[in-house]
Amino acid sequence: MLGQGFVSAAAIAASVLFVLSLGGLSNQEKAKRAVWYGIVGMAVAVLFTAFGPGIGNYWLMIPMIVIGSVIGWKVAKQVAMTEMPQLVAALHSFVGLAAVFVAWNADLERRRVLAAQALDTAHQEFSAFAALVATKAPDELTFLQLEVVFAIFIGAVTFTGSVIAFGKLAGKVDGKPQKLPGGHLLNAGAAAICLLLAVLYLNGAGFWTLLLLAALSFFIGWHLIMGIGGADMPVVVSMLNSYSGWAAAAIGFTLSNDLLIVTGALVGSSGAILSYIMCKAMNRNFVSVILGGFGGTQGPAAEIEGEQVAIDAAGVASTLNNADSVVIVPGYGMAVAQAQNAVSELVRKLRAAGKEVRFAIHPVAGRLPGHMNVLLAEARVPYDIVLEMDEINDDFPKTDVVIVIGSNDIVNPAAQDDPNSPIAGMPVLEVWKSSVVFVCKRGQGTGYSGIENPLFYKENTRMFYGDARESIDSLLSLID
Amino acid sequence: MKIGAPKELATGEARVALTPDSAQLIQKLGHECLIETGAGVAAGFDDEAYRAVGVNVAESAEALWRDAEVVIKVREPSEAEADLLREGQTLISFFWPAQNEALLERCRAKGATVIAMDMVPRISRAQKMDALSSMANIAGYRAVIEAGNNFGRFFTGQVTAAGKVPPAKVLVIGAGVAGLAAIGTATSLGAVVRAFDVRPEVAEQIESMGAEFLFLDFEEAQDGSGTGGYAAPSSPEFREKQLALFREQAPEVDIVITTALIPGRPAPKLWLEDMVKAMKPGSVIVDLAAEKGGNCDLTVPNEKVVSDNGVTVVGYTDFPSRMATQSSLLYATNIRHMLTDLTPEKDGAIVHDMEDDVIRGATVTHQGEITFPPPPPKVKAIAAAKPKEKVKEPTPEEKRAAELATFKEQTKRQVTLLGIGGALMLLLGQIAPASFMQHFIVFVLACFVGFQVIWNVSHSLHTPLMAVTNAISGIIVLGAVLQIGSGNWIVVLLAAISVLIATINIVGGFLVTRRMLAMFQKS
Repeated sequence: MLGQGFVSAAAIAASVLFVLSLGGLSNQEKAKRAVWYGIVGMAVAVLFTAFGPGIGNYWLMIPMIVIGSVIGWKVAKQVAMTEMPQLVAALHSFVGLAAVFVAWNADLERRRVLAAQALDTAHQEFSAFAALVATKAPDELTFLQLEVVFAIFIGAVTFTGSVIAFGKLAGKVDGKPQKLPGGHLLNAGAAAICLLLAVLYLNGAGFWTLLLLAALSFFIGWHLIMGIGGADMPVVVSMLNSYSGWAAAAIGFTLSNDLLIVTGALVGSSGAILSYIMCKAMNRNFVSVILGGFGGTQGPAAEIEGEQVAIDAAGVASTLNNADSVVIVPGYGMAVAQAQNAVSELVRKLRAAGKEVRFAIHPVAGRLPGHMNVLLAEARVPYDIVLEMDEINDDFPKTDVVIVIGSNDIVNPAAQDDPNSPIAGMPVLEVWKSSVVFVCKRGQGTGYSGIENPLFYKENTRMFYGDARESIDSLLSLID
Repeated sequence: MKIGAPKELATGEARVALTPDSAQLIQKLGHECLIETGAGVAAGFDDEAYRAVGVNVAESAEALWRDAEVVIKVREPSEAEADLLREGQTLISFFWPAQNEALLERCRAKGATVIAMDMVPRISRAQKMDALSSMANIAGYRAVIEAGNNFGRFFTGQVTAAGKVPPAKVLVIGAGVAGLAAIGTATSLGAVVRAFDVRPEVAEQIESMGAEFLFLDFEEAQDGSGTGGYAAPSSPEFREKQLALFREQAPEVDIVITTALIPGRPAPKLWLEDMVKAMKPGSVIVDLAAEKGGNCDLTVPNEKVVSDNGVTVVGYTDFPSRMATQSSLLYATNIRHMLTDLTPEKDGAIVHDMEDDVIRGATVTHQGEITFPPPPPKVKAIAAAKPKEKVKEPTPEEKRAAELATFKEQTKRQVTLLGIGGALMLLLGQIAPASFMQHFIVFVLACFVGFQVIWNVSHSLHTPLMAVTNAISGIIVLGAVLQIGSGNWIVVLLAAISVLIATINIVGGFLVTRRMLAMFQKS
């Protein structure tokens, strides 16, 4: 058994390692080292806590850790990079659920200790967390109850929210926003009842209040995320990430464990910043994303004139052969069609022919922050030709050819030109300023937001219809 | 249907309305193609080339006009040709109906349908058959070539062992299709190009072609959108300012290319005699408006003249015809697109749909009636330009004041936030136990550190960041570990499940992050 001093030292070490781990993600090379900081930090934290004072039941704990590690290892090995968003969402749900369980436990222990003290068997030896509870003063116990309520609420919302987000991202739940009749009133009602239950609980009502609280919070998480559409998923996933952190921090308060508090706060603020960045990239405010759907428009959207002009692979290839600079704008459609390897091959050929090829990534392209970067990295596209929106937007007028693969709203000029457009004001990639734009698209339908894209009707736009992967594959043989 | 292209009769006209390429594509529409013998020779297509793609060669003009149901031409028909028209026959060519009313009446009397290529409305959909633009493009290119031919120096500046050569300075007046083509050609030859147009909205196009836009500060700026993208006549005051600007430029520029035309009017005189006098000897003026009287005072249509001070003024009116092969290819493609629109089913049957904006606009006689001028098209040529807000360049004082104001604003906001935060802490401190406050300090500091650290994370690493924070949030396993030693079996069970799923989270999260990061590589 290690003493409390060892455990505290380990907690400090782990906290520092976690901060270094997150800070190291500032560039790709440092990141590879940073993840090791995280792993070591976690190992130190778990080991020292597990062998610290007052821990028991190793016969159960160790097998659980081993089984969990094996499952986690298998999942991480098998998952395809295109399934990354759903994996992240699924993992968030685990944290949420664990938070609910731990918070329930905390209350059960509190009741057990109080019951024992009431029977005046104060000298009874409590093990594990109960021992800690036994030392708490009455006002501390009230705060403990408050913390339990918070942890359950956040944890439960994170759990069902993540499960639904997982379902939507994996295509198991319809990606369109769906709400029960009553909409947000239902959520508000459920939240009000949660508050009522919390008050009852604080005034001494039984354990059933916590069960009901969790059930209602489960409902809120489910209903909230059901009402949010597929394209807002980057915000949702990063928000859930944030919640999982806050849940851990709340548990940390309950258990009086600083390491949990620090780590939870780090994760929570990280997710909050990511959500903020994503919202800013869509020029929408956080509340409107969470409340789901696009806000009402102020007037009719501008009519679009002209026609979509189609082009075949030979036409695209001959233009590419003549071009000097090419920019590729990937979107969720590339991920759906699994076209990243074909795209990478195309890039390799074009670069071999001495052309300047770059990628332009919109912050909300895909279903996860940075989704496109990961897919391109998987396809062995070097990261230094993958640029952010702000880095490349000024270069479009000097670009010969832009290939838009499966993205729509993020290249919609209506965001700048049409004040009545639902996406007015959203920063977009100004692809239409280049000489030629090829849009690789399955058909003539609109994008996720259901709004027409005037880009497709522009004079310098050519529509390259078909499945993204097949289209790019058919180009490959024609590029020389 | 039989589509026939006769030989052009106008003197010096070398273009032809049907090329072997376009014939092949027209045949795909289900039509049959005819060509008068020798019609394509001047453009570089002999009869054999046509025969090779299955075009029938008619021995005489009469035979062709007799056999063809649709006659395609470049120039408007001569009176003799108009007399060859018959009822139900369709003629597609340049026609200039506003200037050729007698000819129009003659064609109407014959009962023929005439589609004037010069009347194709300027809307996006009709660009593929906009022969005026394709011809203007060639004229602009050729104008620079003619200028270079008559100009005794390089276009591009060079520093050679034999001395330094300054670049030629080119001024292009009127930035329509021809003007822009001229700008593009001249800049690619290495000249320094300036351009002027009365429509300020074309400044962007001029700059995109690599020329400098000569800005004229004048209240009454024109909006080209109302007139189908063409310029309208300007007021005398404006004209005066414009001429003053040109007078300023005259001594500097080596080559002037004028392309200013106003639809249905003689060309405006923009380059006056005194400006020609002010130019350096050896300079060249190419007047693309010569056919409509010329933008330059000294222009003589169809001729090249040299002024007293040695300035060459080129007034040719047949620039497209001087590049007959290229212009025939483009014109034949325009005609082919028109035929494609006229043959919607691709079955060789012409459907003259007078409801179609493009066909209606271009048709000048139909079924024995004159259908000129057409009603305005349903679709506007160019979206009305939005008035641009003038952004004033702030003075240094204003800038500093603005910076100071934002700084003050930020300070105020931060101080307010800190104040509110402090008050809340104080309040919390009053009711919360000391142990809680200790943890709370840790919490607030950790949030703060998190905020500072995460802002530096690179955008492209956002997914790894989520995966790693996700793995780290598995720290909740500690909570479960702390509880698992409990004496209550429910607590033990719940804690065990929590340990299990939190471990999956930790291991899965870290491994997948490593996998992702390993993929990122530098080129």
